[in-house]
Amino acid sequence: MRWLLAKDLLILRRSRLLVAVLVIYPVAIALLIGLAISRSPSKPRVAIVDETLPGQTVQVGSQRVEVSQYAEQLFSQIQPVAVATRSDAVAKVRQGDVLAAVVIPRDIAARLSSSIAPAQLEVIYNGNALEQSLVRSTLNSALAQANLGFSEQIQQAAAKAIDLLLEGGNLGLLGGPQNLIGLSQIPGALDAIIARQPHGHDRSELERIARFTNFAAQNLALSKQVIATASQPIRVRSTLLHGRRTPLNTFAVVVAVSVSLMFIAVLLAAGGVALEREEHALMRLVRGLVSSERLLLEKILLSAGCSFVVAFAMLAGVSAFVTLDWSRVGLWVAALAFGAAAFAALGVAIGALAREVRAASLLAFLLSLPLAFLALVPAGSLAAGVNDAIRAVSFVFPFKAALQALDAAVNGASPAIGSSLVHLAVLTLVFAALARVGLRRLD
Amino acid sequence: MSVAAEPAVLSVRGIEKRYGERRALRDVSFDVRPGELVAVVGPNGAGKTTLLSILAGVQRPSAGSVSGPSARAQGGRAIGWAPQQPALYSKLTVAENLRLFARLEQVSDPQRAVERMLEHTGLTERARERVERLSGGNRQRVNVALGLLSDPQLLALDEPSSALDPRQRSRLWELLGALAGRRTSVLFSTHHLGEVRRYATRAIVLADGELLFDGPPAELLASARGSGDDLEGAFVAFLADRGH
Repeated sequence: MRWLLAKDLLILRRSRLLVAVLVIYPVAIALLIGLAISRSPSKPRVAIVDETLPGQTVQVGSQRVEVSQYAEQLFSQIQPVAVATRSDAVAKVRQGDVLAAVVIPRDIAARLSSSIAPAQLEVIYNGNALEQSLVRSTLNSALAQANLGFSEQIQQAAAKAIDLLLEGGNLGLLGGPQNLIGLSQIPGALDAIIARQPHGHDRSELERIARFTNFAAQNLALSKQVIATASQPIRVRSTLLHGRRTPLNTFAVVVAVSVSLMFIAVLLAAGGVALEREEHALMRLVRGLVSSERLLLEKILLSAGCSFVVAFAMLAGVSAFVTLDWSRVGLWVAALAFGAAAFAALGVAIGALAREVRAASLLAFLLSLPLAFLALVPAGSLAAGVNDAIRAVSFVFPFKAALQALDAAVNGASPAIGSSLVHLAVLTLVFAALARVGLRRLD
Repeated sequence: MSVAAEPAVLSVRGIEKRYGERRALRDVSFDVRPGELVAVVGPNGAGKTTLLSILAGVQRPSAGSVSGPSARAQGGRAIGWAPQQPALYSKLTVAENLRLFARLEQVSDPQRAVERMLEHTGLTERARERVERLSGGNRQRVNVALGLLSDPQLLALDEPSSALDPRQRSRLWELLGALAGRRTSVLFSTHHLGEVRRYATRAIVLADGELLFDGPPAELLASARGSGDDLEGAFVAFLADRGH
């Protein structure tokens, strides 16, 4: 077997372009996938037409909230591009300079203050169905965040107005009433006056007023809590069922390394076995020189070894930029080794079925890429039947198990690494057995 | 002792090969004795390659038996084999291919065997050249050289001269004649009936998987009516007489 291994290494050394493509392409794909996962979506460029007058405010009781605060809330969610008129905004959307445009109308303050007609924004967008969907979801999220922020401003203003009603004091407006009595102070003051009153009709009326002011003060105090609850009725508390929380960037590293491991092992193994057939050497080898089992083992060792080296180098290299726990390096090695072996076994099975290197490579690509994407589909995000089908496909191919093993090794994520390693070992044996059957089919 | 009286180095008895419903070989039996040069001839699809690949240990017969040196039992050393399409690694040089297979066949002195084969096949000057840069004829020479590496008792060659020019062909037959002289048996398939007449000591005619003739080429010529000295004409007439 060592002579076959030496022969394959020599062939690889002489196929520099192939080796370069075999390493660079998967690493590039892996990095792209990793970047796509780890980077949060960038803020969309949105044109803003603010038709409100400077200093325009919304009246909340005795308090005022500047309408410009809404725009500020919105600006924090997007990349704002200020434009003067609606027609300028439409032109920018048409030219593709901005994803969409938002028009804040001149009467928004009046509508917010009146509470009779609802305040409205105009959103202008363009593009195909996919772009429209992206704009709707992105902008809806940004507007919801801005609305929430603005409603908190209004809620705070309302709370201040209620405090003033309850506790009294100065209105704070130039020329406004000073030293106002608060609603909560009235019952005490009234009780003192009532005590000095003789029994009779006037005293009974004063006692009724005192009871009402006491009741009103208690309920007004409650209304502050009601307003606070109404502005954000339900808050979210997250509970992670298993394992420890995995940072998105280290998970992205795990995905990128797993993708590289898969591509290199599968392509190399598939190509290696198919090359024996394409060069007609397989017939010469299997007539007693090398058993099929040894030949497959050699291909698995070679491709698993090469992919392991590249994947480990990637992991080590990435650790310069992302914090990885080097004390778990033993687990990394186990996860990478078992994953590489399973991918290589899948590769030899593909190579044994294909008659030539090009067909084997194409088949390996066609199979590997969807497997990676399927394994990344979050459970429960699709209809039950589709989810079950994806789960079944991910179970019978090694990508998901390798991803879970490496995630457990690098991040201590759930499920535990042991079950994933056993899964990978079983898949290695199954695919190697399939390759053994496929190899019997000689030209 | 005449060749016919010697014990057979290879005995084929009642071999059949089926691919599903199709029967590629039907009840084929013959012997090969030491030093014989046996030509296997027949139209395309007659079963020549199937027969040789069974003898080489690449395929197993569906029925029947092959006794004599077993290619599989002795690590591929007992029967040398050169398939129709050169089975070589194109990224390796001529010498590297020979050395690799010499090691896999566990030849006692691989380097010596490589040098010997390079010399026999006239490829010494091409030893360091990659196979991918060789002409079809030179690839075929390396292919034949690989079959001879372990100095086998029997050599099975599938259309060995098909890609060779006349000079290379003459050199190949010289080499095979020398091997036969050293009592190595050679079984080869060919479409060149001139070569059969000139070099073969025996001819086996296959058609549709059936063995129709087994004897000296001269007997094949004599068995066909009105073909004079033309073996090709005799062969065609022979097949036509038997409904092929």
